Amino acid sequence: MSKNKNPETIALHGGDYRSDPATTAVAVPLYRTTSYQFNDTDHAANLFALKEFGNIYTRIMNPTNDVLEKRVAALEGGLAAVTVGSGQAASTFAIMNVCQSGDNFISSTDLYGGTVNLFTHTLKKLGIECRYADPSDPNNFEKLIDDKTRCFYAETLPNPYLRVFPIKEVSDIGRKHNIPLIMDNTAAPVICKPLEHGAAVVVHSLTKFIGGHGTVIGGALVDGGNFEWTKDPKRQPLFNEPDASYGGAKWGEVVPQLTGANVSFAVRARVCLLRDLGAPLAPDNAWGIIQGLETAPLRMKQHCSNAEKAVAFLQKHKNVERVIYPTLHEGEIAARSKKYMKGGNGALVGIEVKGGVEAGKKFIESLKMFYHVANIGDARSLAIHPATTTHSQLTEEELLAAGVTPGYVRLSIGIEHPDDIIADLDQALGASGKPSLKAVS
Amino acid sequence: MSDKKKELKPNTYKFDTLSLHAGYQPHKNAGSRQVPIYQTTSYLFDDVDHAAALFNLERGGHIYSRISNPTVGVLEERVASLEGGTAALATSSGMSAIFLAVMTLCEAGDHLVVSSQLYGGTVNLFRLTLPKFGIKCTFVKPRDTEGFKKAIQKNTKGIFGELVGNPGNEIMNMPEIAKIAHDAGIPLMVDATYQTPYLCKPFEHGADIVIHSLTKWMAGHGSSMAGILVEGGKFDWMQNDKFPTMTKPYEGYHGLSFAEEFGPTAFTMKARAEGMRDFGPCLSPQNAWNVLQGIETLSVRMKKHCSNAEEMVKYLMNHESVAWVSHPSVPDHPDHELAKKLLPNGRGSMIAFGIKGGKEAGVAFINNVKLASHLANVGDTRTLVIHPASGTHSQMDEATLKFAGLSHDMIRLSVGIEDIEDIKNDFEVGFRAARKPRLVSNQ
Amino acid sequence: MKFKVNNSEVYASTGGRPFDKKKPLIIFVHGSGLTHMTWVLQTRYFAFHGYNALAIDLPGHGLSGGESLKSIEEMADWVAAVIDAVGHKEASLVGHSQGCLVTVECTSRYPDKIKTLSLMGGAGAIPMNPQLLSLAENNDPKAVDLMMDWAHGPAGHFGGHPVPGLYHINTGTMLAKSRTIQNTLGVDFRACDNYKNGFEAAKKIKCPTLSILATDDKMCPVKEGKKLASLIEGSQIDIIDNCGHMMLLEEADRVLTVLKKFITTNYPPLSS
Repeated sequence: MSKNKNPETIALHGGDYRSDPATTAVAVPLYRTTSYQFNDTDHAANLFALKEFGNIYTRIMNPTNDVLEKRVAALEGGLAAVTVGSGQAASTFAIMNVCQSGDNFISSTDLYGGTVNLFTHTLKKLGIECRYADPSDPNNFEKLIDDKTRCFYAETLPNPYLRVFPIKEVSDIGRKHNIPLIMDNTAAPVICKPLEHGAAVVVHSLTKFIGGHGTVIGGALVDGGNFEWTKDPKRQPLFNEPDASYGGAKWGEVVPQLTGANVSFAVRARVCLLRDLGAPLAPDNAWGIIQGLETAPLRMKQHCSNAEKAVAFLQKHKNVERVIYPTLHEGEIAARSKKYMKGGNGALVGIEVKGGVEAGKKFIESLKMFYHVANIGDARSLAIHPATTTHSQLTEEELLAAGVTPGYVRLSIGIEHPDDIIADLDQALGASGKPSLKAVS
Repeated sequence: MSDKKKELKPNTYKFDTLSLHAGYQPHKNAGSRQVPIYQTTSYLFDDVDHAAALFNLERGGHIYSRISNPTVGVLEERVASLEGGTAALATSSGMSAIFLAVMTLCEAGDHLVVSSQLYGGTVNLFRLTLPKFGIKCTFVKPRDTEGFKKAIQKNTKGIFGELVGNPGNEIMNMPEIAKIAHDAGIPLMVDATYQTPYLCKPFEHGADIVIHSLTKWMAGHGSSMAGILVEGGKFDWMQNDKFPTMTKPYEGYHGLSFAEEFGPTAFTMKARAEGMRDFGPCLSPQNAWNVLQGIETLSVRMKKHCSNAEEMVKYLMNHESVAWVSHPSVPDHPDHELAKKLLPNGRGSMIAFGIKGGKEAGVAFINNVKLASHLANVGDTRTLVIHPASGTHSQMDEATLKFAGLSHDMIRLSVGIEDIEDIKNDFEVGFRAARKPRLVSNQ
Repeated sequence: MKFKVNNSEVYASTGGRPFDKKKPLIIFVHGSGLTHMTWVLQTRYFAFHGYNALAIDLPGHGLSGGESLKSIEEMADWVAAVIDAVGHKEASLVGHSQGCLVTVECTSRYPDKIKTLSLMGGAGAIPMNPQLLSLAENNDPKAVDLMMDWAHGPAGHFGGHPVPGLYHINTGTMLAKSRTIQNTLGVDFRACDNYKNGFEAAKKIKCPTLSILATDDKMCPVKEGKKLASLIEGSQIDIIDNCGHMMLLEEADRVLTVLKKFITTNYPPLSS
């Protein structure tokens, strides 16, 4: 079924799972087990030496997770995927799979606040330097490259500006220097396929649109199978130097030989990083996400069309200073959304409420149906005020650099009826415009 | 407080009670007697101030299930209470618990002193993976107490070891090694997966951080992966300038000094607010609940594990097919006396033994036992066997294998809680096949 | 931050915000043998909302230098000296347990300096069980274990710390054992036992006063707290169900909500 290209079908059938081999059950079984019985000692030895692929231990692989991995890989048009315990773990693994102490990578400035912390403060402690490039001009990436640059990193549809990332432009620069582009496509599954535009790896927080239900935390790395890891051995040492933890295997060479596929990135992330750093996705969570994924393409359509309606409404509202949405940019930035987004422009909408911090607070607290939570991509509509929450750990300068202004509110438009969404926004905006009776402390 | 005659006794709950109750208050959860599974990613904020307060660590509460979750929180408190620790942070595997512990102490350029007898995955982490991120380790044999002292350098940030080494059953002299660590102003981290707090509470012997793979004896059922790091709360981070990220204002968190603000829980607070937030190896609420189910029966299971193990030791020592047996209950085990002191409630259920006939006999044995499961885990309620030289440790080259104290005839046995006669009968089948390997080797 | 009082170094947590002379001052005074850390779930709020929130370590306690003060009266004078030392003329006081004796005495001695008084688990007198007192004075760790047992209500004994992953009783135990028991807990218990002026001092208090009491408090039962409150003119009482003496941790959010309302009303923050 993996040949099928339509997301609605992939979401239900993607990968090679048809039914459970043991019982013929059609629904994906939940293998809530840690370990797997070996047939005999040869079988065990072959598995540990990677001479044969099979289940060893659930930290590294699990049959339920396997179904999800293949489905997410198919959805993105990749060759293989690895699931991990959170989207944050996926970002961590993506970088740590190509960088070691002394290396650097170049990231877009448009990033989720949690990823900024990881890149700026925490990876720095491991000797990995993050260099930031403003994506408005793709050439900014090229300017920062040196001998130690191992990858580029960006989000497809990043908060708060919602400027679609120039995927092809930047991946072309990267390929010239044998540098892979890693795209976080959390905000735009189904509607954008970064691998088709030259990205080498896609990471997801599965917690968001792919799960859709807000019940499960999970992440994935998808290997596009389209990057030549061995072309410039000095550029990618982790794929070209012998790994003593696997009898001196060179991952860039050994994986294609063993599997017949260019999935070195995915295999290394699994057998080295999941083995040593261990952030596995629980099979229960994989099962929860598989359920969510089944309706992801349908939900994305509704998310996008609801968001468009909400944007049209917000643009006309007197208490809204400014609306931020991918299609509302001008010039080249707007052209990027046309080029990369198919079938919609996502569920994320930013607004600047008239009246600054106080009006922003008032608006958030007056919403009745929207949930005030630190999440996006739930089937329910969500809202948050980044300056006081998700971005509150950043300094003043970092805040402004991240484009977070005091009155800015982030909306993740759900799949409720659009009239109900608009009605809730309308009443809360009405309240935000009224002077507060409460004493302001 | 007025009864003057009776001697006063603290009435805090004891181990068996805590393993059923700690960390959970039904009256705050709709009266539900069993811990609810909070299968949610996010939490509603009362208002903007509430949200800001949570993000600023002004108040306790949940923001997002990657960082904390009420079901996972019950597990964390329960394990902290059983260990006698101040705080705990659960992770999605035992390996990620070790990784987060290291990341909370170290950065590129730092160094750790590590026991050489470790689970193969842990050896790989310390020997090959951490050096890629600038953290170097010196390995010391667990019985070489002086060696730990000699290995400490200026940039050493801690000592790490498994209380009882895997798979050779060498025991670290925890009180002495803790003293060495504390004299050098660094903490001792102990992986006590094989003991669980039922057999040993490392904080009572000087450890500062305890790490568990909850996947093993703590959960017992072999159904869920989970790990945890537990803080003893005694280590003084401010005694020297070795831990600036703990004591100096941390730029990633509004200039917070974890040691000043949180004292005996500073390590856990930092591991959560930084490590878990950024690296993200969170435990799923469902898995936390599964592990809680296991912990409810921890005491009764551990008693049976240990008594079965001692029976098996006697059986193996008297068996014609067995060359040697390693278990701390064996009188001539080099750590027999130390084990009495550190493991008074039982010596654990991990046994290593050598099979006569070497590798070939080992393979035949493993391939012919029917009840004992051949797999890469330990601490299941079911009896498990593996032949490390061909299984868990097969990624190691010859030198590393030797370094890890392995031999080709070694079989590692994790004794389950089945009826002891059934386990022995199964082993008889294996031993019979091992004595005539040629007849069965092609099955 | 660190500063000096009577030539001895004092540590006070500022709740994660730098000290700012322009903002009104709240001083949090901990209980017997404890430290500033017991206040972590109250101070940070005030520090982020227009106040200087100083959770002090009494001399000889926590991160402060010097020797433990031997009487409640000395501690009361010392708290007043802290206000001067940080360059303020006035402050609001918040006390827990022994800290209530100290703040009551301080408020009665320095009526012009103290603007509001908040008492948690307070009483007019805290007579000590002689056995407990003797254990503490003899440096026996059992004194801490007994205190932790009595200080937590039945619910707190099961845990349920508001900060995910923290376990009440063991955290409290490590705090109380962080310095030599006889020099902290031993001296404090004796000071509490000796102090007889609580009820008289209470009668002199004129500033707005709040008492937070807990139904399962064995150390300072509700009855005792009410008796003290009845002597303070116009004082407010808030009673928390299902909670023991360590209400500032056991029911941290509830305590903060009540405290927030009381202090912001009677001693407003510096508005931004």
